[in-house]
Amino acid sequence: MNTARLIEALSADVGPVRRAPLAKILSWVMVLGAVIAVCVMLATVGPRPGLAEAPVHFLALKLFFTMSLAIIGAVVLFSAMHPGRDLRRWSPYLLLPIVLVGAGGAVALALTPLAAWGTMMLGTHWAMCVVCIPLFATLPFALLIWALRKGAPTELWRTGAIAGLVSGSLGAAAYSLHCPDDSLPFVAIWYAGSILLCALIGKSLGPRLLRW
Amino acid sequence: MQSASHGFDRPLDEQWDVHENGRASAMTDQSSEHELRSLMCAGLDGDADAHHRLLVDLSHRLRGYFRSRLLQFHRGPTEAEDLVQEVLLAVHTRRDTYDRSQPFTPWVYAIARYKLLDYLRRTKVSFRDIPADDAEHLIAQNDVDGVESAYDLDYLLATLQPKARRAIRYMKLQGLSVRETAAKTGMSESAVKVSVHRALKALSALVKKGNKP
Repeated sequence: MNTARLIEALSADVGPVRRAPLAKILSWVMVLGAVIAVCVMLATVGPRPGLAEAPVHFLALKLFFTMSLAIIGAVVLFSAMHPGRDLRRWSPYLLLPIVLVGAGGAVALALTPLAAWGTMMLGTHWAMCVVCIPLFATLPFALLIWALRKGAPTELWRTGAIAGLVSGSLGAAAYSLHCPDDSLPFVAIWYAGSILLCALIGKSLGPRLLRW
Repeated sequence: MQSASHGFDRPLDEQWDVHENGRASAMTDQSSEHELRSLMCAGLDGDADAHHRLLVDLSHRLRGYFRSRLLQFHRGPTEAEDLVQEVLLAVHTRRDTYDRSQPFTPWVYAIARYKLLDYLRRTKVSFRDIPADDAEHLIAQNDVDGVESAYDLDYLLATLQPKARRAIRYMKLQGLSVRETAAKTGMSESAVKVSVHRALKALSALVKKGNKP
């Protein structure tokens, strides 16, 4: 095919083009993803018994950790939908919540006698945490991929990894309503670990799912 | 084949000046960014002529860029032309992701580089040794002489719905206006616009799948 003919064809197809409402799409997908993750949690493991009486500060901490990761990640994803914007500009901020919780976990361990470290780190349901977070993240991940494809991502594995991380964070936020383990080292290891696992899965799926 | 000259429609002696004077070169890059961006914005506002000029200008730069990049992988002008057309289609169909408050050159460059990497990945070339380049490389390219790409427009058109095919043929290839096409096909003007738009979308999907005769 002759390029000049293609250009003729393309330039006859013009009318005013409005900018794709990518911010709106992404925000709605984030809200919907969070709601769906909570619904899946309610439909499977259910909320922690006595959620209302549980220590508020631990629940707040878990939600703050997971939601801050999700929101910073969404900002990076917004850049990823626009060709030519540097993803690395906002990505380093993702380390902030992880480093804070990691440092908090280390301090909590330092203040605790060695004998109690095992229960602090493993909690009672670490395996549940590793299974549930990726499970709750699955549907939000699919939604995010759908939204990203409305844009024009050009760095596919990076975008996939961040999409995995964001959906993992939403999954972890939903899981925190079930999670009976109230300890900082537990959150630092198992929450962060499960979220990173989701990011790795997203990284490997990204190039295939996001290609255009 | 001219390559690496700035501003394809400038007289040759001016191009030499540009090459010998670093400052002038930087200014030319700025002015081509300015020019491309204003063409893009006019095109987004519905100015078909500006959109046409933008695509023609980009095709020259992209051709030079892809030819020089593909040379390293022993690929010829036909493959470069495939990529030129893929990027033009991408620029056209994804232009709703362009933010007018941002510079235009990085936007095009990111798409061009993405399509290049995608092509190399698809054709199983190791791309680990692609040198890091930048937007300046693309915007400094100029290659006017196109060759035929391996995509066969007639073949692609044959896979479309008959109605859309007729509309695209009258309008795009014979240069009729929307009104004339509507009269000839017995469709309403908005139906012509819609079917042409759909046909182009389908065309871009086919090119993406790499359908070749």
